[in-house]
Amino acid sequence: MSIELKSNAPTGPIDSAWSRHKFDIKVVNPANKRKYTVIVVGTGLAGASAAATLGELGYNVQNFCFQDSPRRAHSIAAQGGINAAKNYQNDGDSVYRLFYDTVKGGDFRSRESNVYRLAELSVNIIDQAAAQGVPFAREYGGLLANRSFGGSLVSRTFYARGQTGQQLLLGAYSGHAAQVAAGNITMFPRHEMLDLVTIDGHARGIITRDLISGEIKSYAADAVILATGGYGNVFYLSTNAMGSNVTAAWRAAKRGALFANPCYTQIHPTCIPVSGDHQSKLTLMSESLRNDGRVWVPKDAKDCWNNDKAAVGRHPSQIPDEDRDYYLERRYPTFGNLVPRDVASRAAKLSCDEGRGVAFNGRGVYLDFKEAIGRLGQEEVAARYGNLFEMYERITGANPYTEPMRIYPAIHYTMGGLWVDYNLQSNTPGLFVLGEANFSDHGANRLGASALMQGLADGYFVIPYTLGHYLAEVGPRKNDAESSEFKGTEETVKGRVNKLLNVKGKRSVDSFHRELGHLMWEKCGMARTKEGLEEALERIPAIRDEFWNNVSVPGDGADLNQSLEKAGRVADFLEFAELKVGDALHREESCGGHFRLEHQTEEGEAKRNDDDFAYVAAWQFNGVDKKPTLHKEPLEFDHVKPSQRSYK
Amino acid sequence: MSWLSRFLRSTIGQKIVMAASGLMLVGFVLAHMVGNLQIFIGADALNTYAAMMQGNQGPLWVARLGLLGAIGAHIWSAVKLTIAAKGARPVAYKKRSWFDERYAVRTMRVGGMIVGAFIVFHLLHFTVGYFEGGFQHCADINGVFTCFAYQNVIGGFANPLVGVFYIVAQVFLGLHLTHGVWSMTRTLGFGNPRFDLIARKVAMVVGLIITIGNCSIPVAVMAGYLN
Amino acid sequence: MNLKLHVWRQKGPKDKGRFETYDATDVLEDMSFLEMLDVVNDGLEAEGREPIAFESDCREGICGACGCMINGQPHGHKARTTTCQLHMREFSDGDEIVIEPFRAKAFPVIKDLVVDRSSFDRIIQSGGFITARSGSAPDANAIPVAKVEADRAFDAATCIGCGACVASCPNASAMLFTGAKITHLGLLPQGQPERYLRVDKMVSQMDSEDFGHCGNFGECTLACPKSISLDVIAQMNTDYITAQFKGRDI
Repeated sequence: MSIELKSNAPTGPIDSAWSRHKFDIKVVNPANKRKYTVIVVGTGLAGASAAATLGELGYNVQNFCFQDSPRRAHSIAAQGGINAAKNYQNDGDSVYRLFYDTVKGGDFRSRESNVYRLAELSVNIIDQAAAQGVPFAREYGGLLANRSFGGSLVSRTFYARGQTGQQLLLGAYSGHAAQVAAGNITMFPRHEMLDLVTIDGHARGIITRDLISGEIKSYAADAVILATGGYGNVFYLSTNAMGSNVTAAWRAAKRGALFANPCYTQIHPTCIPVSGDHQSKLTLMSESLRNDGRVWVPKDAKDCWNNDKAAVGRHPSQIPDEDRDYYLERRYPTFGNLVPRDVASRAAKLSCDEGRGVAFNGRGVYLDFKEAIGRLGQEEVAARYGNLFEMYERITGANPYTEPMRIYPAIHYTMGGLWVDYNLQSNTPGLFVLGEANFSDHGANRLGASALMQGLADGYFVIPYTLGHYLAEVGPRKNDAESSEFKGTEETVKGRVNKLLNVKGKRSVDSFHRELGHLMWEKCGMARTKEGLEEALERIPAIRDEFWNNVSVPGDGADLNQSLEKAGRVADFLEFAELKVGDALHREESCGGHFRLEHQTEEGEAKRNDDDFAYVAAWQFNGVDKKPTLHKEPLEFDHVKPSQRSYK
Repeated sequence: MSWLSRFLRSTIGQKIVMAASGLMLVGFVLAHMVGNLQIFIGADALNTYAAMMQGNQGPLWVARLGLLGAIGAHIWSAVKLTIAAKGARPVAYKKRSWFDERYAVRTMRVGGMIVGAFIVFHLLHFTVGYFEGGFQHCADINGVFTCFAYQNVIGGFANPLVGVFYIVAQVFLGLHLTHGVWSMTRTLGFGNPRFDLIARKVAMVVGLIITIGNCSIPVAVMAGYLN
Repeated sequence: MNLKLHVWRQKGPKDKGRFETYDATDVLEDMSFLEMLDVVNDGLEAEGREPIAFESDCREGICGACGCMINGQPHGHKARTTTCQLHMREFSDGDEIVIEPFRAKAFPVIKDLVVDRSSFDRIIQSGGFITARSGSAPDANAIPVAKVEADRAFDAATCIGCGACVASCPNASAMLFTGAKITHLGLLPQGQPERYLRVDKMVSQMDSEDFGHCGNFGECTLACPKSISLDVIAQMNTDYITAQFKGRDI
């Protein structure tokens, strides 16, 4: 199969590209919208905003999520804020500057046209959210407040204390609820998408499993929108929710959609370290802590003090300054503790690799507020970080006012995803992909406070236009969930469910997930090598084989069966992981969230190879145990000239 | 009327009925206590007050019917809400513990029922006049309408069991009010945090005053201070 | 530490259900309550027995998916903490723990500790929103909002919809949940046009879901992981009374 990757991005001046594009594409007559059924999978920022907006326009929307309520999607956990080029601070911000920062922050691996549009729409998102009643932080005069965030010289981040994602999601959810009440959205909570159905090459529906009754059912539609989030849980431990999974995207990939840049994953430097093998997820601590905290490890490995009771070493408070290594300040005198996420993460790993880590399994570094408390007073430190300190103490039982916090990087976001064009349409016509599930806007690294922006821009302001274009082109068709294509796919899904239930092995689903995750973290995590990736490529199929021969999925398929749900997701991670590792192996350069030890500057920074790798790597699935085919979409930078990042 | 029936069927509407009737009743209870405390001034004062009340049958019955209506509304809403609340949790917890261990909030229903029983007894006791020892009704004596409230009180508490029952009922009434008066302000919509602190204290004081004031009479009689 | 768990097991909505006892051995104090259950479940799964069904998703206290009664209190005895954030250092060796689903007529049990809280979604759908069509919004700074009001609205808006308020209320009332949304939207200028229609509609939906009434006991606000203030219920009452005088019919 030959696939030509057409970005469909408008040519000409970039600042008018989106306006011109909106005029050039087709629109659906209002009276005809009712005739179209659109499936939206996912109810996070992208999914809920898309479903609500399409419902307002009059489309007949069917919306699915695996959670018990659309309000629980993992967008809810985003803490920091949302960027918008409002320039309310009069500090020189503009759409162009946000565009520039995002392309640069993405280490020049994103599509300029998409990023420009994102920056342009960012201002509308804030207006929309404020109108919905999102309680953003305000100044005393009643106008909106802003804070600064990493990777930018202007203050453009809007926030609602440390719960911006929650408030934006509840805003989208309320708009969504209004459309459910109006009858424009039919909501299917506790339904998991298990396959995509294509007819004549077009996406025409999905197969779902009702998680309560176990019923496997087909839903037919004129178009399918996936807003199903990222694949961070391939690492088992991440800041993602327990249920976050790659299944919807992966099943689409297995039906012909290309998966782009799966090797790009973002690591967040300040998470609470793993405390034992029981750990089920990792909790992020806001990056703002690095504004006042100093990062260090003991100079001497003998001083490393661990949580487990048998550990030797000195308590951090007994280690004098001369025996501490403030490694970020030492290596990066200019930026010090405020180096970008990827740099801080790798430096922590390096110190721990040297045997100087300080938490369970030696995987943690100190984040010390002693100096800040001395300089600002405990009261001021509490005013700035009190809620974070409280959260830390709740989880770890340690008091960060009296002893340093221990932190370690964790998987946080995935920049890769299903390949989409400028219209957010995948190479499968009628299949649209929004938010973290697509690959489009963040390149190899995402800037802080940009994920919320992208999800909402896609859902509120892009898909309503571009979907209309597709529907107007194909015209109304008969949606028949009884057709042979649906019945056939339904049987495949049922077969797979039964297969999982009938292995009747000896190992729990989680034990496989943990094994895969550990391997991925070690070999395809913060720092990757050719040898490590090759080793992972050998071991993944072995784990997958054992899974299909020795997993234990108790119960049956006819009611709520959480083991079965997890097993299906882990089975998909076990296939997807191979693609991800293969992508990391093929990309012989370091960029953003992809760091190959072979490709670094003398100072140990990421070294891009723009001559050979300035492209999007979109992979075509050819079958389990078969090599995927690589398709390249070349990236051109007409506005932001690629340069080497430096934080010395 | 669909509006009114909808209001009366809603849980908040019923709570408002309860709060509004409660407001009337607490006003009455306070006035009633102030009137009764005249017993400490002397027999004449109390008897004159009683004669003034009994001598104006028209207004008296208006007030009585109003009170009866308030009590009826209070009980009606309590019954409706209680039945709904029982239905709202058909399966009880095997184990239950509370963040808030305060006693008053937990005894609203029991306390209300004790107070209700007390009111019936109290009316039979001092209004209708069923008690041993000879209740004296108001009468025209030498052209002067005269009441014997003071003598009735002394006689009514001759049996110490009656006195004890009165005291127990007043303690429950006080508890009922320490939560009820505050809760009433919330139900009627006064939720301002500043006002709230005052409302909590006022409720506490009202409960305390009613308990102490009303208990003082049977205690004084039984202690022999009043005779 | 070693613990004895008395866990409610119920195969499905029609099953009568019963308590079963499990031993949780070698529990570490750094485990969260749900990780402790994970370990128990891992053991059950490896033996081919059905694990205890319970809900959780974000495991950082914000999605509102998790929640069960732990020794008679929703999310356990530690204030301002969701079940996923409750850690085993709050318990000691030899403890017996009774684990039950949230109980309310409006929260029917689906399986074991999993309950159906879709009644909350229906309350929001009945009017818990500001109608603002995408793309029609004025500039965000066109309508100033006093900081005090914005902060109060935010406090009410932090509700995670977990249902602990209903579970803890002696009357199984959902007024803290409903009041939180009414207060959040009613305090903002953007929420004014629909303010009284909203409270009328949401209260009647809430009542039709068979929740009980508010006795102002205050247990809900203490059990609430986000400490939503009881003031939101008073605010709802104020708005409800006002709505009666506004004379709109729904």
